[in-house]
Amino acid sequence: MSKKRITIAATGLNNTDNPGPGIPFIRGVLDSDFFNAKIIGLAYENLEPGIYMHNLVKKSYHIPYPTAGSDLLIKRLEYINSIENIDVLIPNFDAELYTFMKAADKLKRMGIKTFLPTLEQYEERHKSNLSEFGKKYRIKVPESKTVFSEKGLDEVEKLIKYPFYVKGKFYEAELCYNKEQAITHLRKISAKWGFPIIIQQYVTGTEVNVVALGDGKGNTIGAVPMRKLYITDKGKAWAGITLSDDNLLKMTKKLIRQTRWRGGMELEIIKTKNNEYYLVEINPRLPAWVYLSVGAGQNLPEALVKLALGVEVKPYKKYKIGKIFIRYSYDLITDIDEFEKLSLYAEL
Amino acid sequence: MKINKKIAFSETGFVYDTSTGDSYSLNPIGLEIIEYLRKDKSFDDIKKIMLEKYDVSKTVLEKSLNDFISSLKTFNILIDE
Repeated sequence: MSKKRITIAATGLNNTDNPGPGIPFIRGVLDSDFFNAKIIGLAYENLEPGIYMHNLVKKSYHIPYPTAGSDLLIKRLEYINSIENIDVLIPNFDAELYTFMKAADKLKRMGIKTFLPTLEQYEERHKSNLSEFGKKYRIKVPESKTVFSEKGLDEVEKLIKYPFYVKGKFYEAELCYNKEQAITHLRKISAKWGFPIIIQQYVTGTEVNVVALGDGKGNTIGAVPMRKLYITDKGKAWAGITLSDDNLLKMTKKLIRQTRWRGGMELEIIKTKNNEYYLVEINPRLPAWVYLSVGAGQNLPEALVKLALGVEVKPYKKYKIGKIFIRYSYDLITDIDEFEKLSLYAEL
Repeated sequence: MKINKKIAFSETGFVYDTSTGDSYSLNPIGLEIIEYLRKDKSFDDIKKIMLEKYDVSKTVLEKSLNDFISSLKTFNILIDE
């Protein structure tokens, strides 16, 4: 069977110690037996390593930061599309998803397909709305409160006991054992990501994660649970292993069924000693460790692209337990003229 | 007491908990005890077999066996029926 030729644009090429999901997503798509994909990288920074990985990414373009708004983004994508004729676009950052969701209809008119959560799904799973989300779907979540200023911490302290997490709107979380630590981290995180800041009760247990894909009709196309074996000082998984945990899979499927989740997702869950499962976060995109799912037998990046193209996807029924991923760092050598080209022309 | 179904053992003594990702390694004596437990031998049966097989006093064997069984329970390798 000849493979279907398509052009896929993807963001998240920052394959650093705080990695975006772009490169593992691309690896999954390039492993596909169904697609013969040409990958176009969309980057925000000159030093995103994926830009220079020419064996994976054929050409890269700078795109404007999400804060510049949807109009500028569309204008830039119109230009890129006039050259590359993009079939599918997969954004991989939390912070840019909103802009892409807003632009989805315009992208569709340009012939670019996406497969993103709806605005409602995106908003209701937000860290700041997690308590309501838990109540609505009857899922255990840690007590959490939202603060909009440093003063708000005084009120929250009365309701949530230390230790608790101070979490940024999109990224970063710091465990705090006293007020001094809470204020320090609140200032640091709010300076970077703005308010609101989320204060979340610390739950003792083991962190487990699930990568999953919903078809938007309530069906789970695939789901693979993982436990981090090695965590970096940024809290990112540097190694992990697939688990056999029926409760985790049941919880994931229930959540996708109830929310009719559309697209990739990552669930962050704490499993307590009493075998209770607390949902601490839902990330509305595939995670940076998604290539583990490919290694375990579920090519979720390929399935996501199929869903975007309207190709029928049969749900995965199983995966290999005990598959391990270990990240590594690698010195990619490039020339100054590549950097120069990217700096001057915003494409490489 | 029974061996947790989520635990995978290899002939080399490598033990892997498929539900948590934890792994352990057993020495040959530990692996031998696991084999007896998998064959549903009781604590007394195991004690009797090992007393006959090895040059060990009853007191030392009982203490070591108790310690080992207790570790297996702590790590959820052995669970209550």
